[in-house]
Amino acid sequence: MTRSIIEINTTPDDHRIARLAALAIGLHLLEAVVPSPLPGVKPGLANIVTLYVLYRFDFATAAWVSLLRVVAGSLLLGNFLSPTFALSLSGALASLLLLRFATHLPQQWFGPVSLSVLAAFAHIAGQMLVVWLWLIPHAGVAYLIPIFAAVALFFGMINGIITARLLRDNQATTETVLNHGEIK
Amino acid sequence: MSRWKSFPKPLPGDWLVLAACLALVVLLFATLWHPEQAARLQIRNGDHIYATLSLNQKRILDIPGPRGVSRVTIDQGRVRFLSSPCRNQYCVHQGWLNRAGQAAVCLPNQVSLELMGNDKSYDSLNY
Repeated sequence: MTRSIIEINTTPDDHRIARLAALAIGLHLLEAVVPSPLPGVKPGLANIVTLYVLYRFDFATAAWVSLLRVVAGSLLLGNFLSPTFALSLSGALASLLLLRFATHLPQQWFGPVSLSVLAAFAHIAGQMLVVWLWLIPHAGVAYLIPIFAAVALFFGMINGIITARLLRDNQATTETVLNHGEIK
Repeated sequence: MSRWKSFPKPLPGDWLVLAACLALVVLLFATLWHPEQAARLQIRNGDHIYATLSLNQKRILDIPGPRGVSRVTIDQGRVRFLSSPCRNQYCVHQGWLNRAGQAAVCLPNQVSLELMGNDKSYDSLNY
């Protein structure tokens, strides 16, 4: 029997997405180690990568990075297809949906901070929807919503500021890359 | 705090979004953290419902159970176990219940009190 080799031809885009997703996954794992007072309340540092990628590349790349992070992160943490995964995925999908349209906001007035905060609220909204419809259809979850909203506002703002700083600091690199026509 | 100077300032639209979302958070706290006043009491004996009563009364009830009689008092919006034939008296020590969702249970005597609001609530959750 002749051996066959299956070759997957990867483009530089694939490599870039993989590299960025790995960065996001790394941040996701680091955050999983940090204890939090309330289950599911996290700073969401990996979202900085998603937002940065959205600004520096395009929405498709950001969506890939975000969803790869959710899936691979859950496989690595051992909660693939668990309720945790469902919450993570619904949050990611909801925030991506919002970002898809939020990028149409005039960039002169609305920077990464706006997008980050709005995406954070979309994230918790998506999660609350899954919780209400499937996981915990109890009126008691109403007590959690204001807390999650406050956390979303706070960390959304912080992540947005960090993203803005990263974008500004890397502006020089972006321009050089574009000028030389090389994708690194 | 001068470290903050090294970060870019939020744009005008950003401040608008932050203010709007802050207002939303305040609104959510104001509407959702209002504790619902209990309206009805449901007493269970074993696994069936013994009685569903309004809390708008002043009354003492005796509920029979395997160990004896548990005495419960309703006092215009609040309820508590007065006495119960159990050893640990956890049910009595629960004290007054006055908000929807609160419950007190005497396991040895199989009597439970649950306060409910005006809407139908779930009494078990599975996942």
